[in-house]
Amino acid sequence: MAINAEEVKHVAGLAKLAFSETELQKFTGQMDEIIKMVQQLSEVDTTDVPVTSHVTDAKNVLRPDTAQPGVDRDLLMKNVPDSQDGYIKVPAIIDESGEA
Amino acid sequence: MNFETTIGLEVHVEMKTNSKAFSPAPVKYGSAPNTNTNVVDWGYPGALPTVNKRVIEFGMRAALALHCTVTRDMIFNRKNYFYPDNPKAYQITQSDTPIGRHGWLEIEVDGKKKKVGIEEMHVEEDAGKNTHNPDGYSYVDLNRQGTPLIEIVSKPEISSAEEAYAYLVKLRQVIQFTGISDVKMEEGSMRADVNVSVRPIGADKLGIRTEMKNLNSFEHVRKGAHYESKRQQRVLMAGGKVQQETRRFDEASGETILMRVKEGASDYRYFPEPDLPPVHISDEWLEEVRQSLPEMPENRRARYVNDWGLPEYDAGVLTQTKEMSDFFEAAVAQGADPKLAANWLMGEVNAYLNAKQIDLPETALTPVNLATMIKLIENETISSKIAKKVFKEIITNGSEPKAWVESKGLVQLSDPAVLQPIIDQVLDGNQKSIDDFKNGKDRAIGFLVGQIMKQTHGKANPKVVNKLLIASLKAR
Repeated sequence: MAINAEEVKHVAGLAKLAFSETELQKFTGQMDEIIKMVQQLSEVDTTDVPVTSHVTDAKNVLRPDTAQPGVDRDLLMKNVPDSQDGYIKVPAIIDESGEA
Repeated sequence: MNFETTIGLEVHVEMKTNSKAFSPAPVKYGSAPNTNTNVVDWGYPGALPTVNKRVIEFGMRAALALHCTVTRDMIFNRKNYFYPDNPKAYQITQSDTPIGRHGWLEIEVDGKKKKVGIEEMHVEEDAGKNTHNPDGYSYVDLNRQGTPLIEIVSKPEISSAEEAYAYLVKLRQVIQFTGISDVKMEEGSMRADVNVSVRPIGADKLGIRTEMKNLNSFEHVRKGAHYESKRQQRVLMAGGKVQQETRRFDEASGETILMRVKEGASDYRYFPEPDLPPVHISDEWLEEVRQSLPEMPENRRARYVNDWGLPEYDAGVLTQTKEMSDFFEAAVAQGADPKLAANWLMGEVNAYLNAKQIDLPETALTPVNLATMIKLIENETISSKIAKKVFKEIITNGSEPKAWVESKGLVQLSDPAVLQPIIDQVLDGNQKSIDDFKNGKDRAIGFLVGQIMKQTHGKANPKVVNKLLIASLKAR
């Protein structure tokens, strides 16, 4: 097995997904097949081949530090389930991030 | 058992750019919520980020100022997490190729100098701001989302709370000189994560560390690190084990409080940001940025001592901020005596800034006016007493000192022909003081000088008055 049910459960947790036991078994089997297929790539000898992070040759696509006014707030808020006084209103989720 | 403390600091500094790191929305503090944002910041489908060139340059400046090796080929990475402060559900950062590595910062505690290693520094974006309300909802403002940050990660080479404090003070000073940030703690443009561990002296391996996140006061870092070191020692002495956990510094009690226990490494599933092509820094570009860097505070400090003969202490105070240091140099360039200029800046000017709670550029004082005033004192056009009046005028209203002194008739009276009649008049009216003087009471002189000063509205040259007065007294 390339992946087990515990690992699938962990990854699902990271994506905020919850599966029933039946789903978990089904997805574990499917993911196992997918990973095995992708793993065939590791048979290629990549000694001395630099790591590929991007597939295009683009480099240094930079823009000057010129500010453009913010987009109309009312327009941006059209896809927000709830808002108040110009703020996006969401159920309180305490203490999970504030990561920077 | 004796323990040693190990502290590592991760400092986030907000860059002072016009626009955000990966979107052209403005970087502004204090605007109405969600007005400085655009589709990139909101993570709208199909929105494409682009790298702000100045963010790379500012990153290079910080790296060079902290003696780092600049990474010449960089990519960006996505750090994935779900939280309403970032609707993209990932932060763009640099986990594989930080812009700078292996630098150092020299600190000084109790007269002892020490180089603290910088592990790495990377460019990334800040998140928005969540405000939790008691009503069970959070209110999200994305104005800060996408603001460029540089995160500076020290090596775990800081051995006390005092060293941590000194490191932050020095780091703020150096960053302020590079001009990439205002480094204002109160506006959150500099924040520190503090990692603390303790181990028995001589142990090879570092102890288990705890983390305090997002402290925005140097004093909290100092107190928190001190408390945490002592707490961990108590745990170990009692035969317990320190847990890897995140703690919060509680301002009221001065203690750290457990927030959550960390189980295993965080799983952020970093991967290369596909929307941003790699960045290459050429020799020319690096050199250009190196040339644009202002002289760093320690070099200026040495120059003030060696070239201008200032005491170490003065040189240290004058180089605390670039504004003060630039101002001082400009005043000297305008002909002010370096030591006199230093005394005014460290004394009256600093007192004024503290009393008004403002920064030097917010006053009306200019280097040329300060230099002119100092010259007026040196050539005895004004007395040091009058100088205080002149100073107040030039720092408040920006008047040209020489013209103002003349228009107000404050030029010091040094001409004996003008002073002698006034002295004679005062003596005529104070026979008792003359008698006192004759009887050896020197205090009488002070009283008489005071009277002469009163007659001349403080404009008489004290040196000349003293000389004339004593001669006149003896002649009587």
